[in-house]
Amino acid sequence: MPDGAVPVLDVRGLKTVFRTRAGEIHAVNSVSFHLKPGELLGVVGESGSGKSVTMMSLIGLLPSPPAEVRAGQVLLAGRDLLKVDAAELRQVRGAKIGFVFQDPMTSLNPVFTVGNQIMEPLLTHKGMTKAQARDRAVELLELVGIPDAAKRLKSYPHQFSGGMRQRVMIAIALACDPDVLIADEPTTALDVTIQAQILELVKELRQKLGMAIIWITHDLGVIAAIADRVMVMYGGQVVEHAPVKELFAHPQHPYTRALLKTIPSIHGARASRLQVIEGQPPILMAEPTSCPFRARCAHALEVCAHQNPLRHPVDSAALGLGHDVACHWSAQSAEVAHA
Amino acid sequence: MLTYTLRRLLAAIPTLLLISLVIFLLVDMAPGSPLSEIPLTVPPEVRQKMIAAMGADQPVMVRYVLWLKQFFWIEPLYGIDALLGTDFAQGAQRIISWQSKMPVFRIIGERLPQTLTVVGTAYLIGILIALPIGIYSAYRQYSWFDQAGTFFAMAGFSVPTFFTGNVLILVFAVKLGWFPTIYDTNLKVTDFASFYKMVMQMALPVTVLALFNAAEISRYTRSSVLENLGQDYVRTARAKGMGEKVVVLKHVLRNSLIPVVTVIALGLPTVFGGAIVTENIFKINGIGAALIGAIHVSDLPTVQTVTFIFAVLIVLFNLIADILYGILDPRIRYD
Ligand SMILES: Nc1ncnc2c1ncn2[C@@H]1O[C@H](COP(=O)(O)OP(=O)(O)O)[C@@H](O)[C@H]1O
Ligand SMILES: [Mg+2]
Repeated sequence: MPDGAVPVLDVRGLKTVFRTRAGEIHAVNSVSFHLKPGELLGVVGESGSGKSVTMMSLIGLLPSPPAEVRAGQVLLAGRDLLKVDAAELRQVRGAKIGFVFQDPMTSLNPVFTVGNQIMEPLLTHKGMTKAQARDRAVELLELVGIPDAAKRLKSYPHQFSGGMRQRVMIAIALACDPDVLIADEPTTALDVTIQAQILELVKELRQKLGMAIIWITHDLGVIAAIADRVMVMYGGQVVEHAPVKELFAHPQHPYTRALLKTIPSIHGARASRLQVIEGQPPILMAEPTSCPFRARCAHALEVCAHQNPLRHPVDSAALGLGHDVACHWSAQSAEVAHA
Repeated sequence: MLTYTLRRLLAAIPTLLLISLVIFLLVDMAPGSPLSEIPLTVPPEVRQKMIAAMGADQPVMVRYVLWLKQFFWIEPLYGIDALLGTDFAQGAQRIISWQSKMPVFRIIGERLPQTLTVVGTAYLIGILIALPIGIYSAYRQYSWFDQAGTFFAMAGFSVPTFFTGNVLILVFAVKLGWFPTIYDTNLKVTDFASFYKMVMQMALPVTVLALFNAAEISRYTRSSVLENLGQDYVRTARAKGMGEKVVVLKHVLRNSLIPVVTVIALGLPTVFGGAIVTENIFKINGIGAALIGAIHVSDLPTVQTVTFIFAVLIVLFNLIADILYGILDPRIRYD
């Protein structure tokens, strides 16, 4: 580790494929990252870049078939989650790693009360009695800022707004005091004011509870607001990774640079932002042997066509900050050449 | 919920009145005449008297209004009298079968239990078979179990009960002699031996009906479970660390059962229709057989009354299905 802290979560060389009738789709290709205690790691990338598949692979949430985690290690406190059996993995899910999903409207079970759904992991993992679990559920709802918590336990999901449901999802994910909270685009389905409220809530919860967080988004603006470190994904691989200030100050990968341009400025219209990078992320039917971003890249070199670049440290003034990039083209040398 | 139920019951009254009128007119227009049952040797004056005694000489609308009064007022009074030992009816004219000259409701009272035993048992068994098969088929979609289930369900659907019924009789009753070929309507269960006899004689008709019901319900269950297995809340349950048993039998099943229960409730009256055929094949003296018999001899009061009762059942179970839906799905609010 760059700064020596022991990570809570250490993912190495993760590969996930989907076996479909049309062939294998290589959704995650040798993804490695780590998460330090109490840290917030932002994961960005367009839709289809493999963010969700990566995170769901960690705790075996992908349906198999068609999904198959083919290689890698997922070390949680030293234990490889890809090697443990189903029962052991269930004791990790919801207890050590909490998950919040994108769509709060469909992620809660419509026919059970919110209280029932919050109490479930407490009864399963913590061996609490019903009364204890109920008390804890009230506490959790208060924690995520739902007023009148004791009464709201008896409500059904449809009686909550989208933002409130996402708060409930967060309460469920945090119920058992997990070491890691994975939030997969938790605010994408919400409107902007609610999104800001949820971001505030998470910042606050982080201070109070101190768990490490992986926050997935395709919005770099959100990352700038909350992340400590950022990992940029494209074509099922990590193309750039750096502390948040460093990434915004010295973006290296052409994809990162393009993404940064898509952040809406104060005056800029929101509508145009998706058109900034031409083209679509690839669907990889084989393990990439060339740079997956090549077709959309303004700086593509010859070497990009026959060699998939490996992640390597960025040799800049910021060296030692833990900034790495997977790109043959070098922003530094380009800037030097221009000067 | 209560006001909703009451409102629906009130709304059902005009519907049922209209249905009763249509049934009455349709049955009345049907060819065949009660006169054909009177021997030709009977002299014309006597014949005329007999018809007048049955009330068959009255215009159809007069008979309809009388029948309405009898069905909705006099017969319930007799029912109360029978239950409480009172005498509200005071010997008023009941709906009388032209064929047997007995009150139609007494015939129904004798025949309906036979039907209910067979149909009810078959429906229950059908549901008990169908639910686990449907759930497991969906959970293991495209497995050999699912494929086999699909095959049998398709077969159960598409092969009519009169065919399966006759095949079963031929094989298991006639050839193998495992089961009786005759259904003894008068059999009363008093001890173990008679209970055993009852089970044996019910086995084949119940099997035929149960398989038919199971085929349909298992398909519904399968597709409903399948749809729910793909929902986001299932992923949430797994992410919470719930075991597969909880995921499927609590989270998925509770949602999947909403449409299935509706289908089960809606399907119950139609089973009576299927029972008519089955009763005929197995010579069960139930309500279906009574209806068929009455049709053959143009016993209009019996046909009209029994058919109308079927209609009432359909309307009633529609209401029950709606109410169950409201109970099972918290998102539905009736008010
Ligand atoms: N069930 C699936 N079957 C086949 N391919 C899938 C499936 N789910 C995801 N993929 C593939 O994985 C890629 C990455 O998806 P995902 O991780 O959901 O992207 P995102 O970064 O938007 O979260 C998609 O482009 C798609 O090709
Ligand atoms: Mg995603």
